[in-house]
Amino acid sequence: MEEIIKVENLTHTYGVGTPFERSAVEGMSLSVYRGELLGLIGHTGSGKSTLIQHLNGLLRPTAGRVLLDGQDIWAEPKKIRDVRFRVGLVFQYPEYQLFEETAYRDIAFGPTNMGLSGEELDRRVRDAARFAGLDERLLDKSPFTLSGGQKRRVAIAGVIAMEPEVLVLDEPSAGLDPRGREELLEHIRAYHRERGNTVVLVSHSMEEIARYADRIVVLARGRTLMSGTPREVFSRGSELVRAGLDVPQATRVAMELQKRGLAIDPAVYTVEDLAAALLALRKGGGC
Amino acid sequence: MSTMIETKDLSYTYPGGEGTAATLALDGVTLSIARGSFVVVLGHNGSGKSTFAKTLNAVLLPGGGTVWVDGMDTKNEALLLEIRRRVGMVFQNPDNQIVANVVEEDVAFAPENLGVPTAEIRQRVDDALEAVGMTEFTLHAPHLLSGGQKQRIAIAGVLAMLPECIVLDEATAMLDPMGRREVLNVIEGLHREKDVTVVLITHHMNEAEHADRVIVMDDGHVAMDGTPREVFSRAEELRALGLAVPDTVALLRELKANGLDVPTDAITVSDCADAIMDAMKQHA
Repeated sequence: MEEIIKVENLTHTYGVGTPFERSAVEGMSLSVYRGELLGLIGHTGSGKSTLIQHLNGLLRPTAGRVLLDGQDIWAEPKKIRDVRFRVGLVFQYPEYQLFEETAYRDIAFGPTNMGLSGEELDRRVRDAARFAGLDERLLDKSPFTLSGGQKRRVAIAGVIAMEPEVLVLDEPSAGLDPRGREELLEHIRAYHRERGNTVVLVSHSMEEIARYADRIVVLARGRTLMSGTPREVFSRGSELVRAGLDVPQATRVAMELQKRGLAIDPAVYTVEDLAAALLALRKGGGC
Repeated sequence: MSTMIETKDLSYTYPGGEGTAATLALDGVTLSIARGSFVVVLGHNGSGKSTFAKTLNAVLLPGGGTVWVDGMDTKNEALLLEIRRRVGMVFQNPDNQIVANVVEEDVAFAPENLGVPTAEIRQRVDDALEAVGMTEFTLHAPHLLSGGQKQRIAIAGVLAMLPECIVLDEATAMLDPMGRREVLNVIEGLHREKDVTVVLITHHMNEAEHADRVIVMDDGHVAMDGTPREVFSRAEELRALGLAVPDTVALLRELKANGLDVPTDAITVSDCADAIMDAMKQHA
């Protein structure tokens, strides 16, 4: 697999020379492969927000490098703006960043800054709205009259409209209700499948990451703790728990069953898989 | 048990603005919350649950019907201070609730405004910070704390008023799993050890685990009301309301549908594992 982003020995220290000097990321290395849907997990203070702000050059490394397509993004600092068009970042609670008179103009803001106009701009705004699951009839409304979930879709569409090669979403479903979460994530998955673009999904929800990610990177204390397929990562459930992270509820039940002496694979991470494993065990009389 | 909060035919309408219609957020809610109970209120976005929460200490006044807090009508302005003393509120965004530059001053803010004597304020602040496990942060700057720690400070600020009831309006929604756990542990402790009545508004089904009672709201009405086991046994109805059952219940339902004899109302991970072990042993 080809790496689209490579982070090498990244260190970022905030407040250098002040009493608050603190390294949020220390010697972190990881790869993002072209076309994958990567899940990024880590609790507050693990360095994930600091990391993702390096991916599109919002923060500059204190040490180490970030490579995009093999090129150090800071090789020519004057061209860092191009990196921001190629790596689109959707912040947490992006609905607080809307400012335009209509949803349409808000979505058009990024591509307009890229110098687009006319038909191409219109196509991008409408495509992006569709990918984000925003009803076209809402495009002429003021974003401030929309519901929280709709506002968030406007904000996400605004980044998708720049057609970035890599889309990074920081907690896109936080604060939404279960149906809202599922709808939004299904739209992101459909975008990923249809465009074949690289997506980095940051989430606190293990269930969510387990269901949607091809590969997972777990961060802890400013470093990469583990990476692998959901199966590989959740098979190390007790390590995750020790690192202060949650594991999917299905994995927790499997771990409890194993503790009670049942020969069950604790690497299962969805309800469906655990049910299937238990039913197979019953058939085999494995108790 | 006596009644902490009672509502009768409670309704509330948000006025419409330019080009937007008025929204009926609460439509005839009648219920009573017993003193010392732990009530979880669930519902999808727009179901009216946050509006309901805000009527419980007169942040919003009823558009129709009545809310009584400890027998006091929340529409009676003369009783406002007494009502807010009884029922404290913690909101969703930890950054919007902090008013001071030092943790202890933030916690002291409410009792100062209530005119509590200085020596007693000191005692209340110390007690409140101890109750939320934040004593060591007494002299810290709140803005440098984590989200979970900030919410614990917000809870301490409410506790310093010595409330009988705490209403948490999606107070865990912006926190990571660890922060959420910290806040829930504090809330469960207050309920267990200090008999504080808790009304917890949330999207997270798992937070209903330790509740005595679960109320599900939909379209401004109470759609379900019962123990967690009763409510989560109605999985299809919950799904129709845009909610889900906890994964433990989903797992047990799947097993039962495939012929394994398990109860489908074990909500906690440990109860769920016990139920599965029993069924597997019986089968063998």
